[in-house]
Amino acid sequence: MLRIRGLTKRYRTGDLALDKIDLDVAQGEVVALIGPSGAGKSTLIRCINRLVEPTAGTIALNGVELTTLGKGALRRARRKLGMIFQEYALVERLTVMENVLSGRLGYVGFWRSYMRKFPQADIDEAFRLLARVGLDHMVDKRADALSGGQRQRVGICRALIQNPDLLLVDEPTASLDPKTSRQIMRLITELCRERNLSAIVNIHDVQLAQMFASRIVGLRQGIIVYDGAPDGLTSDVLTRIYGEEDWSATTKRSPEADEDADHEEPGALEPAPLDRDRMAGLT
Amino acid sequence: MSAANAASAVPRVWRKPPLIKSAALRWGIGIAVALYLAAAFGTTEVNWGRVWEGLPRGARFFAAFFPPDFTTRSSEIFDGILESIWMTVVATAIGIVLSIPVGLGAAKNIAPAPVYYICRGFLAVSRSFQEIILAIFFVKLFGFGPFAGVVTLAFATIGFYGKLLAEDIEDMDSSQAEAVRATGASWLQWVNFGIQPQVLPRMLGLALYRVDINFRESAVVGIVGAGGIGATLDTAFNRYEFDSAAAILLVIIAIVMLMEYFSGFVRRWVQ
Repeated sequence: MLRIRGLTKRYRTGDLALDKIDLDVAQGEVVALIGPSGAGKSTLIRCINRLVEPTAGTIALNGVELTTLGKGALRRARRKLGMIFQEYALVERLTVMENVLSGRLGYVGFWRSYMRKFPQADIDEAFRLLARVGLDHMVDKRADALSGGQRQRVGICRALIQNPDLLLVDEPTASLDPKTSRQIMRLITELCRERNLSAIVNIHDVQLAQMFASRIVGLRQGIIVYDGAPDGLTSDVLTRIYGEEDWSATTKRSPEADEDADHEEPGALEPAPLDRDRMAGLT
Repeated sequence: MSAANAASAVPRVWRKPPLIKSAALRWGIGIAVALYLAAAFGTTEVNWGRVWEGLPRGARFFAAFFPPDFTTRSSEIFDGILESIWMTVVATAIGIVLSIPVGLGAAKNIAPAPVYYICRGFLAVSRSFQEIILAIFFVKLFGFGPFAGVVTLAFATIGFYGKLLAEDIEDMDSSQAEAVRATGASWLQWVNFGIQPQVLPRMLGLALYRVDINFRESAVVGIVGAGGIGATLDTAFNRYEFDSAAAILLVIIAIVMLMEYFSGFVRRWVQ
């Protein structure tokens, strides 16, 4: 489905971020990309939707070569690549609904999007997705009035409403607490299963990666040094990816934490002073 | 070993590193500035006798302003104010509309290098001339009257607003804009969804501030013949009708204060 060959990225500063990466991702596969900071994880997924221009190599999504696309074709290809960001990257002064609908921008003309007259089918889908992640009661809240976990769920809706073939997920849990991190990862993997979606997930937390991904790819200094099952992450492998360290606490597979609720109690997580409501309608 | 012991026994001194490292340069600059200031003050000639003689003349001049006469020239004042308000509104609207493309082009993080340098250059030129100089130029170009004033104010607005817009865009959170780009949005959609929400509240406040500036400037450019209340004020001075001039000044002050209050109110409301 996704086929990467010889992908190389050298930044203008001369830093080699990716060195001839080969990677295949199958339909419905959730791949966790782990590795130390600066290993090239973010660069790799940004090369796929060309937020970063690769220096060399080929990337084919369902047979379409992405690296050579012109402007218009690239925009059409990006519609099929949903992206979820570290620190959520919601447009903070827009409402939850506007943020979700911005996932449809690639499908809607400028004037329709400018007047916020999105097709009814898109609005229905947005409501459906927001209900699925438990946020349908907050559609007109401004994004900056939400908690971290809520924002990331809006980010997930924005990516999914694109109706993507592949999800690119960049450190989705980097600024979330452990419980919310698990909920977000579970939500992403569940949604991928529901829609038979593939995903590449950059993640720092090795245990979280093992818990939710079906395959782990370890990156170090722009080179893939591990590609295999989550169980295969031994002390030796982790040393190869991250360097020398006492890995005994990480390699012990932690049992999946027992959590009952999939959604946070909305009441406890609403930092919603009164004037926010007014502002949400205004912007 | 012994060195380490010695260091821990004697308290080590620490001083804030000076702004200029080289001591010679530091003292050199200090002395040069002091010398120039001394020389500059030394050559400033103040004729205290003339200042003393001028004081009562200034007092008489000031007294001529009172009481302000609103009635004699009321229709001229009224027309002048209306013309100034019209000039302000038209010039601000034109200036802001034209400054948006220039401001987008002058933001380093979103414009390609050649566009960036052209737009920055244009902004630098339009800001390097004070409104009076622009007004003299446009009066020569278009003749006396409010049209020259409108062009002057619009031109100055582009320089002001374009620069501040560009700087606000450069300060925005790039990850929000990146996320919108990743959806496959077109360039215009990207600007509308990714950038505009981030800069809009501040730019609305600045637009109101510019209305305020343009009104005050409209009173000034009139003095060189570019229309508005400034022309009325100039006429009043030329005819030695200081009481009418005082009335005009009071009206200007009242309108500026009114706008100040209004813009503060709107800014609180949009943030």
